[in-house]
Amino acid sequence: MGTPMNIHQLPPTTAASRKQITDRLKTIDLEGLAKDSALTAIIVLLLCVPIIGFKLEKNQFNILELASHWGWVVTFVIATFLFRFVRLASATYRNRTKESSPTSAKPQIEEESSLSAKLLPLTGYILVGIAFTFPIIAAVATGGLAASRSWLDLAILALTYVMLGWGLNIVVGLAGLLDLGYVAFYAVGAYTYALLATNFGVSFWICLPLAGILAAFWGIILGFPILRLRGDYLAIVTLAFGEITRLVLLNWESFSNGANGISSIPKVTFFGIPFTSADNGFAATFGLPYDAMHRWIFLYYLILALALLTNFITIRMRRLPIGRAWEALREDETACRSLGINTRNTKLTAFAIGAMFGGIAGAFFSARQGFVSPESFNFMESAIILAIVVLGGMGSQVGVAIAAVVLTVAPELLRNMTFLKNFFGDSFDPSEYRLLLFGLAMVAMMVWRPRGLISVRNPTVSINKTKAIGANLVKEGHG
Amino acid sequence: MRWLSDPVLTVEHLTMRFDGLTAINDLSLNVGRGDITAVIGPNGAGKTTVFNCITGFYRPTEGMLSLKDKTGSTHLLERLPGHDITWKAKVARTFQNIRLFSGMTVLENLLVAQHNNLMISSGFSILGLLGTRGYRNAEKQAIDKAMLWLERTGLTSWADEPAGALAYGDQRRLEIARAMCTEPSLLCLDEPAAGLNPKESSQLNELLLAICNHHNTSVLLIEHDMSVVMQISDHIIVLDYGSKIADGTPEEIKNDPKVIAAYLGVDDEELEKLETEAQI
Repeated sequence: MGTPMNIHQLPPTTAASRKQITDRLKTIDLEGLAKDSALTAIIVLLLCVPIIGFKLEKNQFNILELASHWGWVVTFVIATFLFRFVRLASATYRNRTKESSPTSAKPQIEEESSLSAKLLPLTGYILVGIAFTFPIIAAVATGGLAASRSWLDLAILALTYVMLGWGLNIVVGLAGLLDLGYVAFYAVGAYTYALLATNFGVSFWICLPLAGILAAFWGIILGFPILRLRGDYLAIVTLAFGEITRLVLLNWESFSNGANGISSIPKVTFFGIPFTSADNGFAATFGLPYDAMHRWIFLYYLILALALLTNFITIRMRRLPIGRAWEALREDETACRSLGINTRNTKLTAFAIGAMFGGIAGAFFSARQGFVSPESFNFMESAIILAIVVLGGMGSQVGVAIAAVVLTVAPELLRNMTFLKNFFGDSFDPSEYRLLLFGLAMVAMMVWRPRGLISVRNPTVSINKTKAIGANLVKEGHG
Repeated sequence: MRWLSDPVLTVEHLTMRFDGLTAINDLSLNVGRGDITAVIGPNGAGKTTVFNCITGFYRPTEGMLSLKDKTGSTHLLERLPGHDITWKAKVARTFQNIRLFSGMTVLENLLVAQHNNLMISSGFSILGLLGTRGYRNAEKQAIDKAMLWLERTGLTSWADEPAGALAYGDQRRLEIARAMCTEPSLLCLDEPAAGLNPKESSQLNELLLAICNHHNTSVLLIEHDMSVVMQISDHIIVLDYGSKIADGTPEEIKNDPKVIAAYLGVDDEELEKLETEAQI
């Protein structure tokens, strides 16, 4: 744990000097803070007057005129003053409480992590609860089933990424193998359903497990040559495999119809009952009035069930010997070998299981979309899924879910932030700044939470008390 | 002389070359069953290379390594893949620089050591996923075994702590406990007393004697700490420049002029005498 070099944290050598420090802290009064903040505000004022205060504008006679924006200047100055004041005050307060408590910084951190360990499952249940009631929430919020279509669409997309994130989490988060070509398995799953359904009329419900099996098989095939690679080399080769898969789909026209993709893929049925207005349709069978939204609600619950299945199996496997071996592999491969663990098979199972969930998500994707083309499976997708895992906190199920939702929903929200036009002018299109904000968010995360949103690791087994393990001890794997 | 009458490990004509460098040259040695055997020698003598050959981290250039296990069957270590040396031939090892799973708890570390047994009882994860009683019992037994070893190494109260948070001496003992959880017939320890204080190294002596006497496990160790080596070893092998220069009981080794020469050097007068003997 890195202790910041802070004068208030250094253990005072004598009781006298300790008292001295405490007294000095007490003397830091509001007046001093106000002075400091006022000084900052004055600097801002001096800077703002020429930069923001005056502006040359054309009047109706097309003549330049000096306009003034004193309102803006005042806003900036006041905002600076308040920001500075609150920051200083909170910093002083924090230091003083640290000084007054006899314990050092270490137990404090532990307390924090055990608190988050207690809160984590709760957060998980709350998220699952929200997920189950989401169609109702959406319908109420937007005022009607049909109006909630766009919300539901977004939720389905987000859950697809949650599932992909959880799948990749097995490979990257648990086994510590950096996989930059995860989208290949997503593509295998998507094309499995697309090809089998359009050519042979195989039902979605048979294709779903089949897509998982084929993707797992593909995972093993790709896994074999890269078993000996670590770190950067592993990342490069998996990236190449991802691209190869896409390029094969693009160029092998007789097989995959090339860049045109495969269209009119059969839609999802309710276990054989189609969502149509016909007599044998879903609505007629269950005596409901026909509504096109039934299919979307069903798709939503389907992907929710698939994602939760992924989650359930991952959590379960983590507590099994195979899961512990994955994590041990991430911690130290040499030690694993010395304990008689077959590292080759362990890595391949991680690849295969991760790929399986990717494949199932792929089959769902093509059934929802009704159309697949190689363009859906480019490197950007792999990068986003990896970003979800890294931002969420490698190995953390809840963290990955939150990161997936944020990374899929945020761009859409950005698109709707038309109020920003009031500030930046009518020509401003917020969605064009999507990648910029994405990058900024990444940088901010890496500065403040370098190990992801939830970086603690929960032990898989315990005798007395389960205590979360801090990120400083958990390794990230070396490829 | 158990190492001659009933060896657990026999190394014959072992040679290990790295391109041009010969790290071990035609080395033959025996490790007696139930003995504590120490391999000593100056830095760069090839001790760790011998260990890496025995435990499958290196494939020997020449030579044969045969291990006779508790049931009497023989395993040719140079032909087994690395992980099978631990799993089938029952040779466990620790490392010179401690290699624990630092982000996992002490208990988890010991459960990972029982991976293969647990894998079988979890039906290669399928029965485990279903949560059958058989697997749950097997896991309970594995935890009991882990707790037993924690008790023996005095780490019981640390069971739920991350291994990386343990003190250095405790980490050393945990690594031995982890190796013992694989139920080895031969335990190879690479400098187990390195960095330990006198009290800790005497605790280590007791632990190694207990392992040897009560668990039917032979111990092979590399050590520089002579207080450990001389007190507990039954048999000492001295290596220098990849060859064996002496082999015998601690008393024999203590008085062997070649060993003294290798460790302390030879004074000039004696060197001249040796050179004239060898006609250089």
